[in-house]
Amino acid sequence: MDISFDAIPLAHYLLLSATLFVIGVMGVLMRRNAIVVFMSIEIMLNAVNISLISFDRYLNQHDGQIFSFMVMCVAAAEVSVGLAIIIALFRNKPTVNLDEFNIMKS
Amino acid sequence: MEPIPAPSIDLVSLAPVLVLTVFGIMVLVTDLFIGKNKSALVFISLTGLLMAAISSLAKYDLPVYSFNGAYIVDHLSVFFTFIFCISSALAILVSIDFNQREGIKVGEYYSLILFCTVGMVLLASSTDMIMIFLGIEIVSICLYVLAGIRRNDPKSNEAALKYFLLGAFATGFLLYGMALIYGTTGSTKLTIIAEMIREGSVRSEPLMLMGVVLLIIGFGFKVASVPFHMWAPDVYQGAPTPVTAFMAVGPKAATLAAFFRVFAETMPEISPSWGILLYILSVLSMFIGNLGAIMQTNIKRLLAFSSVAHVGYLLIAIIAKNSLGSASLMFYMLAYAFMIFGAFGIVILIGRKGDENLEIENYSGLAYKHPILALSMTIFLLSLGGLPPLAGFVAKFYIFSAALKEGFVVLVILAVLNSAISFYYYLKVVVYMYMKEPIKEFNITLSPMTLFVVAIALFGTLHLGIFPGPIIALAQY
Repeated sequence: MDISFDAIPLAHYLLLSATLFVIGVMGVLMRRNAIVVFMSIEIMLNAVNISLISFDRYLNQHDGQIFSFMVMCVAAAEVSVGLAIIIALFRNKPTVNLDEFNIMKS
Repeated sequence: MEPIPAPSIDLVSLAPVLVLTVFGIMVLVTDLFIGKNKSALVFISLTGLLMAAISSLAKYDLPVYSFNGAYIVDHLSVFFTFIFCISSALAILVSIDFNQREGIKVGEYYSLILFCTVGMVLLASSTDMIMIFLGIEIVSICLYVLAGIRRNDPKSNEAALKYFLLGAFATGFLLYGMALIYGTTGSTKLTIIAEMIREGSVRSEPLMLMGVVLLIIGFGFKVASVPFHMWAPDVYQGAPTPVTAFMAVGPKAATLAAFFRVFAETMPEISPSWGILLYILSVLSMFIGNLGAIMQTNIKRLLAFSSVAHVGYLLIAIIAKNSLGSASLMFYMLAYAFMIFGAFGIVILIGRKGDENLEIENYSGLAYKHPILALSMTIFLLSLGGLPPLAGFVAKFYIFSAALKEGFVVLVILAVLNSAISFYYYLKVVVYMYMKEPIKEFNITLSPMTLFVVAIALFGTLHLGIFPGPIIALAQY
């Protein structure tokens, strides 16, 4: 099996990345479950990673790969903090429905 | 494959970051070994901030690029490092009595503030998109935790969750913008991107323009400009008051510094495309911020909306994109740090355990009981509104003159109009303090550290207003 990267043009990768990104954005805007919203944000970040890697390969560089590693690191850190926040919240109010968090109002 | 060349490592230019990191870790470790009395931690944190400020002066012959052009020590970054150190120090001082009152565990609190300052310094000094991203994330992640540090308080939790979800959402946009710009220019370094734009080949690339729009959305969320401001009032209200003051100043200043670097310094040639977007963002922020603030009854929400409006004024400095713009941005943020910490210092003094006494009506009759507090609060609020001869007036004056120099007359007129609107709600608080009867007994403990911060803020607000010369000379240097 010898499938070279060049067989598939850059535009296809970018399209895949854009589609995933839009799916992520839609998930954040439309879903009400905190965990699912959280997951959608991860989809957005990984969509960006696809873009970065394909640009990187297309430009024949290293910067994009390094960038995507940084994105993964940061995403991992964010996951740990985010889940901690959700757990702290769940202890006070056993729900993950975002619509029920509305103590503060103008 | 050829080997990757190792970048030149210049730790001296990174000195403030290293100092703050070391002191942040020191606070965490010391916390384990000392007993009940945690005042040593305050001392360590403040020493760290002082040393970081001093070490930022280690380089002269500015600007100095290091780490292969990813990090810069220039006038903007040094001045902002000072603003960050001052605002973090004020945040720590103002937290001491508050943390005791609310029972907040202090070890991680102080170290998080220091780590957050690390991120801010990185953000103001980066000239590489990877570094800017890391800086923003270091700042944001620390702030998510700080906003939710009162673990048992549902309000604090809710603030943290909202901040976290919207912050991470914004990060997605920011990153996608960076990826697209990287794809079109072939580099993450701002200097190379600037060069490519100057040459002109990438100027009209659709991916580039999409990248710019996404970057504006990402930065817009992080600085809370309209229409990306909806998290700000809730987060400002729910977070512990010193944290609210802290995030209204330091992180906002850092993000605006990066904003300025990425747009005004890197892509002035394509300013028609991003300029118009920022123009809209700025006008919307001013109007919705000020009109939103009029309707608030909670003092923290009022200040949150007012900070949205202030972001509108600050964006004018980026739109102006000249050297006066960067100088006025620096001066404004310094003045803003004093005004905000002063106002929030008073809010902390008036507040009671468990977020009580945060309504504007709780301020009724303050002038009869505590005339000096009421007078200071009046000065801070009028300075936020921009009344001469206070710091806020001079700061606004410089931003507006930077914009006028570039011919943005309509924008300046709208901004001045907005300053006038803002007096309505600032004066509303003043009227409550001076002209209404107290609704209940004030039960204020005049905690010395918070009073000290108010005194510093008062001095700063008056000094920058009456003798702005030396600081402006420094900012324009």
